[in-house]
Amino acid sequence: MALFNKILIANRGEIACRIMRTCKRLGITSVAVYSDADRHALHVAMADESIGIGGSTSAESYLKIDTIIEACKQSGAEAVHPGFGFLSENADFALALDKAGITFIGPGTRAIEVMGDKIESKKLAATSGVNTVPGHADAIDTPAEAHKIAADIGCPVMLKASAGGGGKGMRVAWTLDEVEEGFTSAQNEARSSFGDDRVFVEKFIERPRHIEIQVLADSNGNCIALGERECSIQRRHQKVIEEAPSPFLDEATRQAMGEQAVTLAKAVDYQSAGTVEFIVDKDRNFYFLEMNTRLQVEHPVTELITGLDLVEQMIRVAAGHPLPLQQQDVKLSGWAIEARVYAEDPERNFMPSTGRLTRYQPPVEGVLTTDHGDGRVRVDTGVFEGGEISMFYDPMIAKLVTHGDTRNAAIAAMSRALDQYVIRGVSHNIPFLNALVTHPAFIDGDLTTGFIDEHFPDSSGSKATTENAQTDQAKPDIQNIAIAAFAQLIDAQRSAQVDNQLRRTHTAQETAALVALVKGVTESVAVELTEPAFATSDARQNGQNAISLRIDGNEIQLSSDWTPGNLLFDGKIIHPGDSSESYVVAQIDRAATHWIVTRAGKSQSIQVLRPEVAALARLMPEKAPPDLSKFLLSPMPGLLVKISVNEGEAVKAGQELVVVEAMKMENALMAEQDGVVKSVNHEEGASLSVDEVIIEFA
Amino acid sequence: MSNIQQQLDDRREAALAGGGSRRIEAQHSKGKLTARERLDVFFDKDTFEEWDMFVEHDCNDFGMQENKIPGDGVVIGCGTVNGRLVFAFSQDFTVFGGSLSAAHARKICKVMDKAMLVGAPIVGINDSGGARIQEGVNSLAGYADVFQKNVLASGVVPQISMIMGPCAGGAVYSPAMTDFIFMVRDNSYMFVTGPEVVKTVTQEDVTQEELGGATTHTSKSGVADVAFDNDIEALLQLRRFVDFLPPNNREKPPFRPHFDDADRSEPSLNTLVPENPNVPYDIRELIVKVVDESDFFELQPDYAANIITGFGRMQGSTVGFVANQPMVLAGCLDIASSRKAARFVRFCDAFNIPIVTFVDVPGFLPGTAQEYGGIIKHGAKLLFAYAEATVPKITVITRKAYGGAYDVMSSKHLRGDINYAWPSAEIAVMGPKGAVEIIFRADRNDEDKIQQRTEEYREKFANPLIAAGKGFIDDVIEPAETRRRLCRDLAMLRNKDLTNPWKKHDNLPL
Repeated sequence: MALFNKILIANRGEIACRIMRTCKRLGITSVAVYSDADRHALHVAMADESIGIGGSTSAESYLKIDTIIEACKQSGAEAVHPGFGFLSENADFALALDKAGITFIGPGTRAIEVMGDKIESKKLAATSGVNTVPGHADAIDTPAEAHKIAADIGCPVMLKASAGGGGKGMRVAWTLDEVEEGFTSAQNEARSSFGDDRVFVEKFIERPRHIEIQVLADSNGNCIALGERECSIQRRHQKVIEEAPSPFLDEATRQAMGEQAVTLAKAVDYQSAGTVEFIVDKDRNFYFLEMNTRLQVEHPVTELITGLDLVEQMIRVAAGHPLPLQQQDVKLSGWAIEARVYAEDPERNFMPSTGRLTRYQPPVEGVLTTDHGDGRVRVDTGVFEGGEISMFYDPMIAKLVTHGDTRNAAIAAMSRALDQYVIRGVSHNIPFLNALVTHPAFIDGDLTTGFIDEHFPDSSGSKATTENAQTDQAKPDIQNIAIAAFAQLIDAQRSAQVDNQLRRTHTAQETAALVALVKGVTESVAVELTEPAFATSDARQNGQNAISLRIDGNEIQLSSDWTPGNLLFDGKIIHPGDSSESYVVAQIDRAATHWIVTRAGKSQSIQVLRPEVAALARLMPEKAPPDLSKFLLSPMPGLLVKISVNEGEAVKAGQELVVVEAMKMENALMAEQDGVVKSVNHEEGASLSVDEVIIEFA
Repeated sequence: MSNIQQQLDDRREAALAGGGSRRIEAQHSKGKLTARERLDVFFDKDTFEEWDMFVEHDCNDFGMQENKIPGDGVVIGCGTVNGRLVFAFSQDFTVFGGSLSAAHARKICKVMDKAMLVGAPIVGINDSGGARIQEGVNSLAGYADVFQKNVLASGVVPQISMIMGPCAGGAVYSPAMTDFIFMVRDNSYMFVTGPEVVKTVTQEDVTQEELGGATTHTSKSGVADVAFDNDIEALLQLRRFVDFLPPNNREKPPFRPHFDDADRSEPSLNTLVPENPNVPYDIRELIVKVVDESDFFELQPDYAANIITGFGRMQGSTVGFVANQPMVLAGCLDIASSRKAARFVRFCDAFNIPIVTFVDVPGFLPGTAQEYGGIIKHGAKLLFAYAEATVPKITVITRKAYGGAYDVMSSKHLRGDINYAWPSAEIAVMGPKGAVEIIFRADRNDEDKIQQRTEEYREKFANPLIAAGKGFIDDVIEPAETRRRLCRDLAMLRNKDLTNPWKKHDNLPL
């Protein structure tokens, strides 16, 4: 049976690019579709052909079934891969394609419909012998009824909107007293968010883990499970870090979960790749949550441990091919971790950050050696340097995936690769991701869906990484100081080679003794250059430079090919004691007279000075950062379309203050705390730049 | 002999003690360093040589004869910054409040004379309560002597003023005539008359900081160039700044080894200019991606931000950059930006620093405020500065170059050496819409027709082809290749030799 000649990819961003990679490898012509905002996007550049499908918002483009089918006809595509999101779980789309004689690369419409309904899918699971969370599978009509059911199951219970998702329309009642109110508010939120106010009640699982089974089924009734993925690390119900296998499951549980997942898939005649999500409690009891009838964002971790290309398998199944392997052929090898790189600002409550990627250098794919051995890096990216992060779509810009023989090897590779990931121009969550994967509890595999709230409590409010970084700044990091000293010395040595010299400056002598001042740290740190200069006499030489330092009494030898202007410092540390070597990677930015060294999720601002200058620098008063709580700043460049408050007006936290329009999207800015408006600095219609003060509070 | 030695040692000790430990502590508690500490931070280690440590004032009135401190409130001398000679004077606020006596002024004149004699930059660190009132007109004479030196040194050696404390009254006019003024936030003030006088005369209530602090002068008045957080930042950044400057007007800008490839291509610049001609972008990204190692020292970043000025290096040698900034006022030229850029261009020309200009200018800012403010004469300053400049001049038009502003922004017609355009350039008398409304005035109520004519105009003029066809543009280049082309051209122009006709001096429209 032949595969398709031409496939249209009804998606954008990294997943469209990822699907095209497989198409290219299989010799299939790929057709991209794009909205106005995506005209110059990477997926369009990568595709063999591309077709514009309308306006910038998803509703005007990627969600328009007719337009996409028209694009298929126009391009002659025989099949459509929907990726995830957009139309990937839309039964109408699958039907419409079918009617047009175009193959939908995904499951049949019945599977989509049944699994798309939270209540229907649970019923089916229960009748098929799949564990479900104790609860009432039917929509509940009244608060009183909710109360009665909750009493039967026992608290805590979860009140959940049938059409819910992304954390909307969900309430936990810890005691029976809270049930009725929780029911009403879940119902209200469901009605306003989804136009569907059906709410059901179920047992709330404490210290839960989110573990899901990847299934793959063909049209001949074969269905296999490809192991699990643990996706417990979530922020506001959005997955952040995923891994395979799970550090928690034993073989028996894995097998039992796999069997139930396959049973469920067979119950809907599933074909293609799909995912059965379970919630697992602390005793490894597992309960069915839902089935996603599409490729998952986190599918690469399964690919890395199984060696399968899931997109290829989906295409083959859609073309009628049988699965190339049976359950007993599935072998899981090594460990894989995925981190979702988002353009969002941890300093601004993880608000999406949009704009131009002035610098974008993802880590190099392939082998990455760390102190834990060789790992492998894969980057599924949808953007490029000089490209634009548009505010119209999901702010995920790439997925960084690492694989190693062991979990620790995969984690080490992940941390290293995150250190290498250069993004400038938009805010991003890379330091936060690195703080997550290097957290001791993460390394121990002690995960729950509440991990982030528990260990990074400020991440739900704001300042996740800075708070974290600040506590760590209490003690200076010797490696960071070595990096800053290296940079300072290369720079100083070069500066001393400027012409019009009155005399040769004796850089070596001048820099033999230095002092490092680390922002936020009270003690200054002595840095002695024990080898009086760089190993290579000429700093201009584009090779390795090596210095030997004694920092705070610790001997350290550092070599690197770093030169000024590089954002990435890639070096090797030799510990004189046992001559052992370790690698060190950091990002290094120059801010006035400071070096900002960012590594393992933390940034330190370091000055390396002559001892006399350092002593004087200690006399400089610490300037408190301006108190911005008295100001409403524009979070983005845009147009001030509406001012909802007057000068002198008292406002309550959460009250709308102004509306800023940016690229046709209106963003209401709310008061973060109670206060009184002192002045409104702009008139409606004013154009604002980022951080411009709109309102001052008294 | 030993008696002399003893006296010397005593005086040296007295000079180094300045105004005494109490005053030094007071200085430190304000977050300010002393005059000598500042010089220690600024110069290479142990390179500063001090002169006139034993000079004392000669005032015999008001009990001053009993009150003498060797050095008299100012430290002068020379040292090196990264091995290069620099002269400096540093006022000592702990000695008579740093006030200026006749002797104090003589010392400043002495070090300035020396700087001019040997041709090296002079840095003045200002921290002074003002005139030594006890000396009366002698003090005023001292100021005038310094002013006269400033004027004679102007254009001969670079003069840089660091305002690191008060600088009020007539004293402000010495820094005002130097090439650059740097200030320290919360610790430095410059004003002609202080808040008390202002209150009496105009009833305005204003603090020192509001009236003449670093923020005021770097964002509102444009008197100062850059504000720094504290003394250490300011002095270390001053070292970095001095590295860019040639020692005097006879020498070429300094060469410093660099780690950047002259042929470096920067593909991301191909997407810098947005498709929609009305969407702004940050021209600073172009500068930062073109200069060596992304190292750009911006001057007046907070003043007239619709134009960017500053120094970078290309293949190790200093280049002055001027660029319209579409992010602010759409990059229009107005009074403030014309003055800012004109002064910068003239500094570069005076000191043999090549000028690279990036153009995206929709024209001059319209309005009564501008016309009443004299935009005609102020705009002419920039035109004049570019036209008279004989240093290498390279221009890249990235997008709009409309109307008179096109001519002003270092166009071919002002002896531009190399003038490039990016493919996105639109070189025209005005934007297509405005042009059509004038040319086809009769059709102005027929929207379809206007639309069609606008498209025609855009097709014809909103591109670099016509200008290139006439040779006003030497080449249309791919944005990614901008650095490579600039590096080659600057190398080619290194020995450019162009002289203006002899004149006593020109008469630029002040």
